[in-house]
Amino acid sequence: MIDGLSIQISQMLLVLALAPLLVGIVRAIKARLLRRRGPSVLQPFRDIARLARKEAVVAESASWLFRVVPYLVFAATWVAAALVPTFATGLLFSWSADLIAIIALLGSARFFLALAGMDVGTSFGGIGSSREVMIASLAEPALIMIVFTLALVAGSTQLSTVAEIFLSGVGLRVSLGMALVALIIVAIAENGRIPVDNPATHLELTMVHEAMVLEYSGRHLALIELASALKLLLYASLIACVFTPWGLAPAGAPFHVHLIGAAVYAGKLAAAGLLLAVFETMIAKMRVFRVPDFLGAALMLGSLGALLLFVSRGL
Amino acid sequence: MERLAFDVAHLLAGSIVLLSLMLLYQDRLYTLINVFAMQAVVLALSVSWQAWVQDAPHLYLTAAIALAVKAIVIPVALHRMIRILGIHREIETALNTGPTMLAGLGLVALSMAVILRVTSDADILAREDLAFALSVVLLGLLTMVTRRNAVSQVVGFMSLENGLILAATGAKGMPFVVEISVAFSVLVAFIVIGIFLFRIRERFDTVDLEALDEVRESRR
Amino acid sequence: MTVAPLLAGAAALLALSIAAIPLARRPAGNKILYGLALALSMLLLGGAINHLVSGADPAWIRLPLGLPWIGSRFRLDALSAFFLAVTNLGGSAASLYAMGRGAQEPEPQRVLPFYPAFLAAMNLVVLADDAFTFLLAWEFMSLTSWALVMAHHRERGNAHAGYVYIVMATFGTLALLLAFGLLAGPGGGYDFAAMRTHEVTPAIAGLVLALVLLGAGSKAGIVPLHVWLPLAHPAAPSHVSALMSGVMTKAAIYGFVRIVFDLLGEPSWWSGLIVLFLGGITAVLGVLYALMQHDLKRLLAYHTVENIGIIYIGLGLALAFRANGMGAAAALAMTAALFHVLNHMLFKSLLFFGAGAVLGATGERDMEKLGGLARNMPYTSFVFLVGCVAISALPPLNGFVSEWLTFQAILLSPDLPQWALKIMAPAMGGLLALSAALAAACFVKAYGVTFLGRPRSEAAREARETDAFSLAAMSALAILCLMAGILPGFVIDTLGPTTLSLIDERMPVQASVRWLSIVPIAESRSSYNGLLVFAFVAASATFAALVIHRFASTRLRRAPAWDCGFPDPSPATQYSASSFAQPIRRVFGTSIFRAREEVNMPPPGDGRPARLTVTVRDLAWELIYVPIVRGAAWISERLNHLQFLTIRQYLSLVFAVLVFLLLVLASWQ
Repeated sequence: MIDGLSIQISQMLLVLALAPLLVGIVRAIKARLLRRRGPSVLQPFRDIARLARKEAVVAESASWLFRVVPYLVFAATWVAAALVPTFATGLLFSWSADLIAIIALLGSARFFLALAGMDVGTSFGGIGSSREVMIASLAEPALIMIVFTLALVAGSTQLSTVAEIFLSGVGLRVSLGMALVALIIVAIAENGRIPVDNPATHLELTMVHEAMVLEYSGRHLALIELASALKLLLYASLIACVFTPWGLAPAGAPFHVHLIGAAVYAGKLAAAGLLLAVFETMIAKMRVFRVPDFLGAALMLGSLGALLLFVSRGL
Repeated sequence: MERLAFDVAHLLAGSIVLLSLMLLYQDRLYTLINVFAMQAVVLALSVSWQAWVQDAPHLYLTAAIALAVKAIVIPVALHRMIRILGIHREIETALNTGPTMLAGLGLVALSMAVILRVTSDADILAREDLAFALSVVLLGLLTMVTRRNAVSQVVGFMSLENGLILAATGAKGMPFVVEISVAFSVLVAFIVIGIFLFRIRERFDTVDLEALDEVRESRR
Repeated sequence: MTVAPLLAGAAALLALSIAAIPLARRPAGNKILYGLALALSMLLLGGAINHLVSGADPAWIRLPLGLPWIGSRFRLDALSAFFLAVTNLGGSAASLYAMGRGAQEPEPQRVLPFYPAFLAAMNLVVLADDAFTFLLAWEFMSLTSWALVMAHHRERGNAHAGYVYIVMATFGTLALLLAFGLLAGPGGGYDFAAMRTHEVTPAIAGLVLALVLLGAGSKAGIVPLHVWLPLAHPAAPSHVSALMSGVMTKAAIYGFVRIVFDLLGEPSWWSGLIVLFLGGITAVLGVLYALMQHDLKRLLAYHTVENIGIIYIGLGLALAFRANGMGAAAALAMTAALFHVLNHMLFKSLLFFGAGAVLGATGERDMEKLGGLARNMPYTSFVFLVGCVAISALPPLNGFVSEWLTFQAILLSPDLPQWALKIMAPAMGGLLALSAALAAACFVKAYGVTFLGRPRSEAAREARETDAFSLAAMSALAILCLMAGILPGFVIDTLGPTTLSLIDERMPVQASVRWLSIVPIAESRSSYNGLLVFAFVAASATFAALVIHRFASTRLRRAPAWDCGFPDPSPATQYSASSFAQPIRRVFGTSIFRAREEVNMPPPGDGRPARLTVTVRDLAWELIYVPIVRGAAWISERLNHLQFLTIRQYLSLVFAVLVFLLLVLASWQ
């Protein structure tokens, strides 16, 4: 019990500490690839601290919801990120929310953020919210198909169990390959990275996430930036935990195994950051109404993966 | 070993089905021909794996023919053809990706349901191969049905034949002469279609089949 | 718990409706009436819960009313107790709400007498134990609700809504009548006990299923029989809309469950397939229709269609699992469906009450004329937000729990032997996820356009908070939504006897699971703890707030909106309901609704405004109902000639029929 609790708490603090670092790594590598010097990898920490110290400017037409949403979004994303096994599978509270519940928690955060976009009553917020819910409406079925494929292979939707079963080897499966590609597509769409959305844009035609949080400033914006960094870390950890589970310390392992697990996890995050940065540099942003085709490909891959599993199981 | 053989065959055949689905939503002729070429390459790999697993050396020859003819010769010829016809930059607009993809997935599910029900007492590898092969055939037909451009219909027809080859290699002991005659007849059909395409283009200045329909209408 | 006290309660409600006729004229009349209805509903609710919790044996009673050789039978078992509880919880909430808002009715004598009768009819439907009593109560329910729909008969479109409703309701009753006739068989035993023992061939069972889907399904709102729902539900007064959407559709679900699971005997797997498929397309089409609406109450009515689809998905899965002998999975699916019945009643009533509050405060139902109501109506906006979060199936509220249970049931479907089911179940799972995501989108739109942003009209600017009774009803429902979300184990255990009575299997007892989690199948497979998730989110939010307030700046300044430096003072420039739905309309609507947007731009120099016209067509109405109506009109035209025959022609007609019947009699074997 005690080591389960300590693993859980250390994971909660670890994800909070590593999230801005991941964003910093992605930005630094992108800058290098574009032959710029770029900011240091610790810059997001400084950004969040700077925003937190500033005065928050709230629009006159904003309601009470506007000031509450950043805390709710941050809380929901943090709780979800704390329940995805990162360096150990023995989380004390991993049984309280399975993969479907984690996805739904992220959906809650997105719901409130979309409401905040509508709150001030400008057209920017509306454009962000309407596009965000369109992307979400296509990403959710794809995610459920991926969950279905994973649950068919592992026999459970509890992430610790899935990680342990995948750690013990499942063989070379085309369905898992398809699920991986589909999950990467969904992760890109949900986190608002290129080619779905540009996290560094100032042009309204290319905005989805930025348009929703346009009116936020000060400590509210700091919380929202931290929440979106946590979301990126969550998806990276999810992919790492399910598809590259080597290095995860099983429940009840000694302390040094956990340390090794943490080091491996940091390595996986760095690799994920590198791959994301390279991918974002290689590809151009899509027009908004090509995003449904992009996510449709993820849905198709997820469904095909599940179908192919039926074939191999049904014999 | 048995497990690995099954897994790799599953992987390759599943990739062929995936590439057939990708053929459905390509809207540029250039990438369409490239995806078809990739499908032929994966087909050659799958056939050679079957040759190794089933210990049937003549299948290596089938794989080599598939690779040479369908992965190299025909795509190169098609690329040349569309460049001569001048439609290599064309984008087809008649597609509605969502319903087409759903229909494609439905066809895959249907073929699996049918084959796995009908062949309940056969070898695992053969059954699975047949199910995937039927999916590829049906998807090739769907590609032909949802396309307006004659060249893309030819590609659909070719991918249909890929499915037939997949089925043939899965069922053990298909005689080689049947194999050769099927491939030869497809090659002849391809040449004939190619000639027709040029004639159509000369006459009507387009290879868009809907334009041909209009001509037929106005003659009445 | 015997049936007699519950019947007495229903009779008291009927008496109340008669007493309402003189009471309607007095100024305090409606408060008295609704107060009494509230008290009676609470008593009935207490009785139902008592029966459920005590786990008593079914009780029945036979009254010598009605048909001479049958009388009327009434029965209280676990299934009726559950639906009775749902009905009366909705009835109590509506009565409490109406004590506040009901005073604003322009013609109270059109509403007050029918309201208690409606409540009584719904209670009697659930308690009925033979076909005649059931159908009588069913028709009475339709008629009283029709009267309530026609209460605002002077408003445009309400007469048409009432007409469509009564036609569909009559058609539904006819289908149910035929179904009961088939179930009774040539022996003619019309009480449910006789129908249970009467064996039917699979062909007859299929026909009964189709008839029940037509009858009870049209009342519940399955696509394509849903067309009356978005016309009739918004036309009624708000508390009645809440009852119709939240409770009457559940009475229809009760009818379906009673007939298909209880009276029909062992199901076949393809019945599960049909119900599952209908549920899936109903869910997705319902929410897509809802997204195209900008009338708040119509949006909520279409949403009811979606939730009914979700319930039918659960019921279809339960049928499929039961047909294949997978008892535990069937129990899970059934519990998920019944849980959603409760959840939907809770949050749909809450949302309709909120819409009624908005209508009362502003006089507008059209979202395009509202906006910014969160500042003037803070309490209403808060409880409406709770309802929106609940209906969008977001943790930690109750909508998520029933959806999670449905997904867990779908994850068990690969063990089904039939291929069609194996493929259909995950496909429906994908449709369920799609409908959940679209529902969240729909409610961001509904809440965002109505309560957030800037007021779009004078009425929205001048809105005032609604009264205490309405707020009390809404808050009670919101608290129940939260409770059902964080303590789902109790609800699942309460549903245990119900599923046990229907499919001889129940979900494992949840009360013994540690930390109040719910474990549907096995702990290694999946579990969910609503209380912990809620506690974690609340604790994290509080922790973040404390850290921020300790270490960061707490200053706040109000300023004009940033809007990238070009703020527009006119509130018409913010996103409206149709503009919010535009991306989704473009992705899904072009194929399903033939949604077309047309821009009419006058030439340059012309001072006229440009016009954007959005056309959305209801294909179900155009392809199914319009031809049927035209066909019926054509046949009536032809048959009209029979009115104008001469005497000789009438005589020859009678003669011909007589000769024909004699021929038949002569050649009958």
